[in-house]
Amino acid sequence: MRSLIRPDPWHRLAALTPARIALGRAGSSLPTRAILEFDLAHALARDAVHQPLDLAELAAHWRAAGGEDALVVRSRARDRTTYLQRPDLGRRLDKDSAENLAAQAGNQDLAIVLADGLSAPAVQRHALPVVHALMPLLEGLRVAPLVLAEQGRVALGDEIGALLRVRLLLILLGERPGLSAPDSLGAYLTFAPQLGRRDAERNCVSNIRDEGLPPAAAAKKLAWLIRESLTRNLTGVELKDESAMGQLETLPTSHSAL
Amino acid sequence: MSLSAVVGTRRYIFTDLKYLLAKASPERSGDALAGIIAESAAERMAARTILADMPLRRFLDEALIPYEIDEVTRLIVDSHESAAFAPLAALTVGEFREWLLADSADAVQLAAVAAGITPEMAAAVSKLMRNQDLIAVARKCRVVTAFRDTIGLPGRLAVRLQPNHPTDDARGITAALLDGLMYGVGDALIGINPASDSPSALTTLWLMLDELIGRFQIPTQSCVLTHVSNQIRAMEMGVPLDLVFQSVAGSEAANTGFGINLAMLQEAREAALALKRGTVGDNVMYFETGQGSALSANAHHGVDQQTCEARAYAEARHFKPLLVNTVVGFIGPEYLYNGKQIIRAGLEDHFCGKLLGLPMGCDICYTNHAEVDQDDMDSLLVLLGSAGVNFIMGVPGADDIMLNYQSTSFHDQLFVRRVLGLKRAPEFESWLQAMGLSDPAGELLPARADHRLLTGLPA
Repeated sequence: MRSLIRPDPWHRLAALTPARIALGRAGSSLPTRAILEFDLAHALARDAVHQPLDLAELAAHWRAAGGEDALVVRSRARDRTTYLQRPDLGRRLDKDSAENLAAQAGNQDLAIVLADGLSAPAVQRHALPVVHALMPLLEGLRVAPLVLAEQGRVALGDEIGALLRVRLLLILLGERPGLSAPDSLGAYLTFAPQLGRRDAERNCVSNIRDEGLPPAAAAKKLAWLIRESLTRNLTGVELKDESAMGQLETLPTSHSAL
Repeated sequence: MSLSAVVGTRRYIFTDLKYLLAKASPERSGDALAGIIAESAAERMAARTILADMPLRRFLDEALIPYEIDEVTRLIVDSHESAAFAPLAALTVGEFREWLLADSADAVQLAAVAAGITPEMAAAVSKLMRNQDLIAVARKCRVVTAFRDTIGLPGRLAVRLQPNHPTDDARGITAALLDGLMYGVGDALIGINPASDSPSALTTLWLMLDELIGRFQIPTQSCVLTHVSNQIRAMEMGVPLDLVFQSVAGSEAANTGFGINLAMLQEAREAALALKRGTVGDNVMYFETGQGSALSANAHHGVDQQTCEARAYAEARHFKPLLVNTVVGFIGPEYLYNGKQIIRAGLEDHFCGKLLGLPMGCDICYTNHAEVDQDDMDSLLVLLGSAGVNFIMGVPGADDIMLNYQSTSFHDQLFVRRVLGLKRAPEFESWLQAMGLSDPAGELLPARADHRLLTGLPA
């Protein structure tokens, strides 16, 4: 049935880019296989957005690796539909969570938060590998108990960090899924976390996944930024990544979709 | 005039004009996020009822964002042409809708009043219009612009070729670019969204596009979508740059968030004009906009997102752009939640832009966290094609691997051309024929693997 498809005789170009080129056509439209591939990628991305974070599994893995009990919090966004339409609610803790965290204030150097963001699978797959690779690189620093957050956005870390009274807050959360990667993790560092911090006051390491920036490499980059931040008492545009660990840039986050 | 109305058993009172406009707006998540959305369908209709009886003149007397604090308002007020407004001066917003739909409002009439219409008037009347009204009026508007080809002629649809690559790899970009040209795409623009903003990386892209367009004598223009300040610097250094790009929004504070102001846009336009690189016209600017941008910068001043968007168009028209692109579904579900909201917004933006005299195109697009899919994009594509949209995007396989969102594809533009009988820009159509890529009717010919375009790859 090959004759139904008009092929594009420049397949060799397709090796030069991950873009969907040289697809051929049926009439003016996509061949069936190309349609299915696209729709499958979209399905995985859609499911990633809506899949709930499995807190029990994360907590169990964390304990199994010798971590002390994680603190579980949630934002003011009660469900996914609210979360997607009301980013302001995803940036604030609900009342109970805030009270519980305030009781845990410990004045440590650093707190680490894992939040679902826009892709729970990203957190489920890559967040603990990043943390496990990171902890040995933080020797000498006082680190607060791990925090797990539901329906959280980047700025939720500001309130968490302020309540825990830590100097620096690291939040790992799922980035907006693309068709090429539904499970890309982002990491954001904020010095002196408090409500109202602007994106320009943070540093971001993005595209953390096995095919992007692998967790171990991300951990090295983050460890460098963490130590530099604690030494210089800042994060954001003033703190450029000079760790020279990889090709991916550490950018101040000016247009985060999170 | 009192801003109150009785609907059903309740009296609704609206404090001022901007509040009334917000309450009259069709439902969208961004206005809910801003806390200015109508709280019930009845309240929305109360607002529309009042709006319908509002004299258009009132929009000249009552600025939504104060003149003193906002240079966009100052531009709108100072550039308003009373003579052009004269035929509309006695109308209410409701009558304006009927004036626009009447057979007497033809392309000539509509062009004649464009400079008399403020963005707030355009936004206001759109809130009383159904989707079919937005299509019917926009279709009558004629906005033609030119640089190396002519865009916006009747029965034509242009496409921006968008060959992005996550690391700006020259060979990767060229592969996607050639794929697009072989599909007859690129008459609106060949425009790259770069991943990097380093001057050397950007210059590589500008030179590459200039070389390719020159080598094959393609009647089109290029653009690298980086901050306007980077483009001004590049022009100063002698980089061959066709169009100047910038994102613009509907308030001075939102533009400050983009790191721009009107003076910078003026400077950039003058620098691009001085290069005299256009062959059939001198429209040198390319603007992108999108509902929600002012709110996301917390710079909306309580004005609804659709009205903010129309204000960006008033700003854009001052600089006589070749292309204005509303990137309608890129911003995310907190501003436009689902397919219905994105489709409505795309039609509103196209209508308001055309009414104000802009060469409107639309990036018919969405992100994966919005409640929308490719079927919604097909719908908006056909609707905007029917409305006479000047241009759309062409992204390989609809999947932008650099910006991580979905737009319209090379295949999609072929589809809509066939369904609606839309031709490409005439100069580009001739070039495709001369290259042996299309027949005299504009249908693509079977491609050969040894076609000389395919040798265009950098080593």
